[in-house]
Amino acid sequence: MTKKNPLLKSQYKNLLTDNMVPIIFILFTLIGFLVAKGVPFSFFLSDLSSRFYRNAFLVLSLVIPVIAGLGLNFGIVVGAMSGQIAIAIVRYFFIEGIGGMALCFAIATPIATFFGYLTGKLFNKTRGQEMIASLIVGFFANGIYQFLFLFVVGVIIKVPADHPMIKTDGVGIRMSVDMGTLKYSLENILEIPFMWAMLIIAVISAGFLLYKRYVKKDASTIENKLGFYAKLTGSLALLVISIISIATNNSLMTVKKVPVVTVLLIALLGLFNNLLLKTKLGQDFRSVGQSQHIARSNGIDVDRTRIIAVIISTVLAAWGQLIYIQNMGTLNTYGAHNVIGMFSVASLLVGGASVSKATVGQAIVGTLLFNSMFIMSPEIGKAVFGQAILGEYFRTFMVYGVIGLALGMYVWNANRKSRITLDPDEAEKLVG
Amino acid sequence: MAELTNGKIRNSILKSIGLPTIIIAVFYAVVLVSAFMLGLPMTELISDTLRRFGMNGLLVLAMVPSIKSGTGPNFALPVGISCGLLAIVCGIEFGFEGFGLILFASVFATIVATIVGYLYGKLLNAVKGAEMTIATYTGFSIVSLMSLVWLMVPFQSKKMGWLIGSGLRETIQLDSVGADGIINEFLAFNIFGVKVPTGLLLVFFAFCILIWLFFRTKTGIAIFAGGQNPKFAEASGIDIDKNRVIANIISTILGALGIILYSQSYGYTQLYAAPLNMAFPAVAAILIGGATASKANVINVLIGVFLFQGLFTTSLPVANQLFAGTDLSETLRMVIQNGIILYALTQVKGGDR
Amino acid sequence: MSENLLKLKNISKDYYGNQVLNNINIDINKGEIHALVGENGAGKSTLMNILFGMPVIHSTGGYKGSIEIEGKEVNIATPHDAMNLGIGMVHQEFMLIPGFTITENIKINREITNPNIVSRIFGKSLETLDFKKMNADARKALDKLDMGIDEFTLVAGLPVGHMQFIEIAREIDKTGMKILVFDEPTAVLTETETQNLLKAIKKLAESGIGIIFISHRLDEVMQISDRVTVLRDGEHVATMNTKDTNTHEIAQLMIGRKISLDRKEKTNHISDETILRIRNFVVKMPGEEVKGLDLDVKKGEIIGIGGLAGQGKLGIANGIMGIYPAKGEVVFEGKPLELNNPKKSIASGLAFVSEDRKGVGLLLDSSIEFNTVFTSMQIHNDFLIKIGPIKFKDSKKIREHTKKMIKDLDIRCRSPLQNAGSLSGGNQQKVCLARALTQNPKLLLVSEPTRGIDVGAKKLVLDLLRKLNEEQGMTIVMTSSELAELRSICDRIVIICDGKVEGILPPDAPDADFGLMMSGSRANSDLRGDLNG
Repeated sequence: MTKKNPLLKSQYKNLLTDNMVPIIFILFTLIGFLVAKGVPFSFFLSDLSSRFYRNAFLVLSLVIPVIAGLGLNFGIVVGAMSGQIAIAIVRYFFIEGIGGMALCFAIATPIATFFGYLTGKLFNKTRGQEMIASLIVGFFANGIYQFLFLFVVGVIIKVPADHPMIKTDGVGIRMSVDMGTLKYSLENILEIPFMWAMLIIAVISAGFLLYKRYVKKDASTIENKLGFYAKLTGSLALLVISIISIATNNSLMTVKKVPVVTVLLIALLGLFNNLLLKTKLGQDFRSVGQSQHIARSNGIDVDRTRIIAVIISTVLAAWGQLIYIQNMGTLNTYGAHNVIGMFSVASLLVGGASVSKATVGQAIVGTLLFNSMFIMSPEIGKAVFGQAILGEYFRTFMVYGVIGLALGMYVWNANRKSRITLDPDEAEKLVG
Repeated sequence: MAELTNGKIRNSILKSIGLPTIIIAVFYAVVLVSAFMLGLPMTELISDTLRRFGMNGLLVLAMVPSIKSGTGPNFALPVGISCGLLAIVCGIEFGFEGFGLILFASVFATIVATIVGYLYGKLLNAVKGAEMTIATYTGFSIVSLMSLVWLMVPFQSKKMGWLIGSGLRETIQLDSVGADGIINEFLAFNIFGVKVPTGLLLVFFAFCILIWLFFRTKTGIAIFAGGQNPKFAEASGIDIDKNRVIANIISTILGALGIILYSQSYGYTQLYAAPLNMAFPAVAAILIGGATASKANVINVLIGVFLFQGLFTTSLPVANQLFAGTDLSETLRMVIQNGIILYALTQVKGGDR
Repeated sequence: MSENLLKLKNISKDYYGNQVLNNINIDINKGEIHALVGENGAGKSTLMNILFGMPVIHSTGGYKGSIEIEGKEVNIATPHDAMNLGIGMVHQEFMLIPGFTITENIKINREITNPNIVSRIFGKSLETLDFKKMNADARKALDKLDMGIDEFTLVAGLPVGHMQFIEIAREIDKTGMKILVFDEPTAVLTETETQNLLKAIKKLAESGIGIIFISHRLDEVMQISDRVTVLRDGEHVATMNTKDTNTHEIAQLMIGRKISLDRKEKTNHISDETILRIRNFVVKMPGEEVKGLDLDVKKGEIIGIGGLAGQGKLGIANGIMGIYPAKGEVVFEGKPLELNNPKKSIASGLAFVSEDRKGVGLLLDSSIEFNTVFTSMQIHNDFLIKIGPIKFKDSKKIREHTKKMIKDLDIRCRSPLQNAGSLSGGNQQKVCLARALTQNPKLLLVSEPTRGIDVGAKKLVLDLLRKLNEEQGMTIVMTSSELAELRSICDRIVIICDGKVEGILPPDAPDADFGLMMSGSRANSDLRGDLNG
């Protein structure tokens, strides 16, 4: 008994320190609700859910490179630019609606594949420094992107000056490009009320849990009883809440509608990530991510595997950016891509991921937590200091701080583990 | 046989100067010639180049101690810059003006930068192997943290505040405190229409000499050895961690003094997000001067700042003239600046986990 | 039993004219355990590299001779070819991923997959892993080794003995495994683990696999092998039936007399005074751990430290100099030495020439003069000019001193400003010595002084050490894997085995004594008692 207690304590302590960042963010959001009175919950949910539809795909595009040992790929900015190039082309020819959107996806894919290949090559040359290289490669690509949009379009490729996308002097693309009917083209396919969507999710998840427990008799649900019942209770609670809302038509019914196609795409990507990891290629990603040396000595082509991981990530980021921009409605030509690297990485880390570990669940949770913080910071700034701008600076600080802290802790831990030390017990063991 | 030795000699020259330096130098020469052909006012361009050479100099010089100590280019330059900015606004708040302000700011900045640099050095020792990445985010974090400080600091000076509300302005004019170009103007003179900012250059060169001398002292030599090969230095009884801290204190101080020199030459002190990306041009400059992520000296700084700043002072009007309405110069800066950093990263010996 | 499986015929190999294997003939039968013994550098690993078609062989001009498997001549150009021919190896360093399960490790890059819709379009690499089949295969391989452990356990945290078995399981899981090479498999195992492993190897052999067993532990060789082949300096010395020989004979064959570096009579006197006293010394140098060692060094002697690689001989000097974490009692000149503090060790008059010349010994991109004076400048405050509180380097004094060193040690260079990295190995070693001598040490620790330098330079370095000892009475602790060079200049030779002193021998002791001692053979325990007592 006396022996078990400290062990248990250290386990809890580990649980706390391992999940430090998510816990801070949850507390922060809760405090936000406490101090910033007058933020209706339904408004918060509307804002949070639409931010989630926009960003989740981009955050999910970061998972594969982490597993393949490349760390956090700030270079998804390159993918985002590929997506924007596709939009520019499609908008230039005024191709509208869902067909235009589909064409965007088709055009973005080969462009992103090409740039992903080059980025992957670069990461193989900057082994051990991938993360700083991925940050700088984003800046570098931004230069090329501007060269393309500000100079090549107009000076080298002649375009009509009266085109609504082109600047009045006939050189370069305007600061912002209207998306026309590409706007909401995915959303418009099918939207359902938020609480109905919650109801469906609750039923599916409860059903799935029960199926796993009693029909498939999955070991994990039987061993981890606490987890199983917690999840089941959560699903049932959600079920009850949604039924009450629908029945009483309370304020929760005013939450923004759910764009089914976007959500399905996010779910599909989550599924894709998980299925990919169960294939031979996925296993190679994991092997290479754990030890390049051992993977190589077992005949795995390490460099090629890493390049494939980067290509996948870049293509997914391009698609993610397409989803993002069709939801925004206008393409902020020279700014839309700049921050998505930082924000997506921060989201993933907030979900509890690290430089070497990331899951789909962490990406989803992280996106929700990060955007909660994003919504609440100005409110807190306003409530506590009377200045919303303070909250905005604060959230910028949180973005950089979270990334810096997560990276620093990771390296620090890794260094501590690899240091050669000689403690008395060990000395005794050596003498034997 | 003769051909072979010729090739060898050519290679060794290439190696000692460095391919990137040569490419940029040639490019600069081309831009200069085209500027001349286009009939741009050359004296003005050269004056401008000299001014920008001097005002960026210390920020680039700050890279030398950190690279020599083995922590790589100081991507956390905004940390030092923030110390310098804090010193300037404190000086203005306390009512200093002119040389008094510069003097106070320099002393105060040095003190703050020493403390901050010490902590930063300790941080870098904890994250050996990933210094560059961590440094970048440390810089970003500090800049965003300082934004909160600028907004919340209860300073009363009318020269810095917003017209309404609290906090400091984004740009503070230094002419209102008599510090605009005050060092530049010291002993400044005109020759063939070129304006030479004597004071500015003198301060820059003085610091170059100081840093050069420092790396001839016992401590400086130990720092260098530790940066080149930590195992060698450790076996010779050197306390590497201590030396890395010392080097990063010096680097942080240079960053702090560098922004004071920069601000007075520019005429404005820029707060908030302005310092966010200031490390990258400084890193790029020293790399263009022939430094690598693990080797640098004062000569690299002089060559690098001159080429980098010269190229962009000159290319801006040339590009405007040739391709009116485009912002080609800024694009060029982005590609060259980040391209050279990427190139340097490919030369770093990587970890093969 | 006598069915022939593998024949290595007339194998020779040289690296740029340096003959490392000369006309080796080995054959291995089905179900045979064939031991391969020899000192470090005898050519065992080169021979195995040839058998596995390692790139290092083919990028250096290939080899001469032929390899036959089951009577057919084969061409092994890549490790992949070797694998296809049924040749496997259990490595000394574990090639296991700790974050993977046992199954995943056994099946790494040989995963069993099932096609799915996507893979039919995009190719095999997207086929789904079949964990059920993979687990079953892993189970089968583990069962063959009598390993009860669950195949879905993570490797992280398993005892090393288990890891060794997983390595073996991975090899025997490969279909058509015919020949399995064990490279020092027992080096990291405990007594019980070793016995289990030997049992498993025997069982494998009984199933018809031919086994090449590389070990320096002669007891194990005697216990397990059917035949034993001895290599020495790249020569095939003998192949014998194990039952017809004994450890004594094998040891003698292993060491042999090498090209005798002639030994001059010593002219100086060794005092009875103990200059360095080491008690219960533990050093954690990975791969060269010292585990509770006692040793006395007399003033004025050259003491040699020998032993096989990995036994801990290199850890001693590194521990004394504070380069790797150490514990225990070290008394130098009557005063206790503070451990884990290189500065104190150097300041108290010890100087060290590291075995890792390029990694620890030199700043390759810096000048000869920088390398020569650096340590003295930093620790003894030599070569400095004080201006106020600031100490600047004294370039003039540095230049003069380096020129003198270059002359005294005959360092072949263009100028004192030449980079150390551009010198030849022998001259680099002299620069290391110059730095040590610049410190005016009372005791000089030299590790592997002749590693990687040519024969002529070897002699110069050894002569230099002897001269220092005779003319200046400098005490020298010399660590080397080359027994012959220890025997040529040392007064006493300490043999290290398993991190402890196995015994101390005079340089002219018989070969077999050295051989047995180095292999830590239990047979000579009486001898050990005599010498240590």
